[in-house]
Amino acid sequence: MNIHEHQGKEILRRFGVAVPQGEAVTTVDAAVAASERLGFPCVVKAQIHAGGRGKAGGVKVVRDAAGARAAAQDLLGKTLVTAQTGPQGRVVRRLLVEQGLAIARELYLGMVVDRAVGRVTVMASTEGGVEIEEVAAQTPQKILRETIDPAIGLAGYQARRLAFGLGLGKELAGKGVAFMTSLARGFAECDCSLVEINPLVITGGGDLLALDAKMGFDDNALYRHPELRELRDPNEEHPRELEAAKYDLSYIALDGNIGCLVNGAGLAMATMDIVKGAGGMPANFLDVGGGANAEKVAAAFRILLSDPNVKAIFINIFGGILRCDVLAEGVVTAAREVGLSVPLVVRMEGTNVEQGREILSRSGLDLITATDMLDGAKKAVTAAGRR
Amino acid sequence: MSVLVGKKTRVLTQGITGATGQLHTRLCKEYGTQMVAGVTPGRGGTEFEGIPIFDTVALAVRETGADASVIYVPPAGAADAILEAVDAGIPLVVCITEGVPVLDMVRAKRVLDGSATRLIGPNCPGVITPGECKIGIMPGYIHKPGRVGVVSRSGTLTYEAVYQLTTLGIGQSTCIGIGGDPIIGTGFVDALRLFRDDDDTDAVIMIGEIGGTAEEEAAEFIRQHVKKPVVGFIAGQTAPKGKRMGHAGAIVAGGKGTAAEKMKALATAGVRLAPTPAELGATLQSLLRERNLL
Repeated sequence: MNIHEHQGKEILRRFGVAVPQGEAVTTVDAAVAASERLGFPCVVKAQIHAGGRGKAGGVKVVRDAAGARAAAQDLLGKTLVTAQTGPQGRVVRRLLVEQGLAIARELYLGMVVDRAVGRVTVMASTEGGVEIEEVAAQTPQKILRETIDPAIGLAGYQARRLAFGLGLGKELAGKGVAFMTSLARGFAECDCSLVEINPLVITGGGDLLALDAKMGFDDNALYRHPELRELRDPNEEHPRELEAAKYDLSYIALDGNIGCLVNGAGLAMATMDIVKGAGGMPANFLDVGGGANAEKVAAAFRILLSDPNVKAIFINIFGGILRCDVLAEGVVTAAREVGLSVPLVVRMEGTNVEQGREILSRSGLDLITATDMLDGAKKAVTAAGRR
Repeated sequence: MSVLVGKKTRVLTQGITGATGQLHTRLCKEYGTQMVAGVTPGRGGTEFEGIPIFDTVALAVRETGADASVIYVPPAGAADAILEAVDAGIPLVVCITEGVPVLDMVRAKRVLDGSATRLIGPNCPGVITPGECKIGIMPGYIHKPGRVGVVSRSGTLTYEAVYQLTTLGIGQSTCIGIGGDPIIGTGFVDALRLFRDDDDTDAVIMIGEIGGTAEEEAAEFIRQHVKKPVVGFIAGQTAPKGKRMGHAGAIVAGGKGTAAEKMKALATAGVRLAPTPAELGATLQSLLRERNLL
């Protein structure tokens, strides 16, 4: 789960991480009032779940109340297209109004769950304000790394090594160590999957602050953070993905026209691949899961049919725990309920496959059956093409 | 005995009284696995279909001599269940549970390092040596005893591969589902090393997916250390960047972990890539014929 910058900064502040003064607002008047409280110059920042906002015109420095009003009027309701939003962009619904800072240096600080070592790794670089992937590709020696022992947390010597490595010097090293230690504590206590402070700035006055903050959380751990779950912004998520989440279905909307209903994440990805290989484009990733019941399958089916781009549906099931008869019942129920408006290709194998096929053939539904997943993909592509 | 598990393996179920634990303990027992004990705190002294239940893993091991454990404990308690199994000195622990918080696994992994325990999973279907021992949730009947090792990050895609092999008359030595999470116990390299050293395994099917660099590391290991034929497949060739594809570990992040990179690494290491997931079995069959192993 991702959150907005202003939410991330509020969380970090609670852990003692230094962040600029600021207020989140949703109206022009509130933005002006906030700017007057903070004083000028200040910064009006569009809040969307995507980076690259500065270059796209989503961050404006303002010198007075009239400037704040103009910036807020321009940004609120605007569709911001950045390098990370895709061509459709994101609608700006809230703003962060923040104190202006005299920036002397921009650094990078990030923390991620590092799969290769099975631990959290801190990354720091003197190259702040640019994408860390670019730094990693072009000047990998400029990225400093420390891996955190989960039993100890970020050790003092590790934080010092990073601070001096960033060239903070005697005056700022203490502030740098405090910043990093607080950030590491926040990461662990909030079950983060990623925290990125880019840039981490040093001001002319010798302060060290998080000018931006990107936080991602481990979805598996949200059950123990109800306060974080409240921060989810439904406007930033795809409506069909939100609907799928209600039924605990793993669904991701894509651009194609062949709806895929599959059990298991690996098989669901492989099904998308084989559809593409057969000359089609998948409309979605959908894993109904191993423990799916008829009701869940029916919900999945409804979600697929609610996608106006879908011209054919390909059901690819390898019944293990999810029995083929249970799946077939769910499909029949949903098709009767919502009506089957597109061709339906079914490939089923595994547990209780005979009963499943029997249920489908007795249903009177107009189905296309497939012998294996390649055959099914080809038939789905042909069926979608005919429409 | 193939690898990891066989006829002599004595298995205990952690979380035996939950619906999932009951169902799969029963199915594994029916398959022929020696299910010798169960653990559910507070239910010690009772039994499940003739299998004695204990309050703690240590007690269950002492009383029954269990040398493998399978975990169906819900996500909030799964990492603790792993720690308890490590503490009891169980050599093989298979964690089926999906949805374990990743930082719980970071801590569990620290304890596992240097311990006598090997962990498979979490978020995996388990391990099976066909005809001998099934630990986990895979449908037993699709398997057939034989000489091909299967290792995979995905559950149903493994079943797909196994079913294709069995349909072609090619049996399996052991099938290992290593799990779809970012942090897991046994990885591809560990599994490949086991298959390489196993006299009962002639060839390997390896099924990877997007996210992380485990497949690239496996490719390097194969290039240097594996002479046996290996067939590979990577799921997620059409997955968009930055989206988590069902499995917590299946995500292309920062331009890294793409299917294309992984396929290139495997091909360079001499792995024969199956053109589609429908042709895993056929690809292996032709490779075995070329090497006069079939």
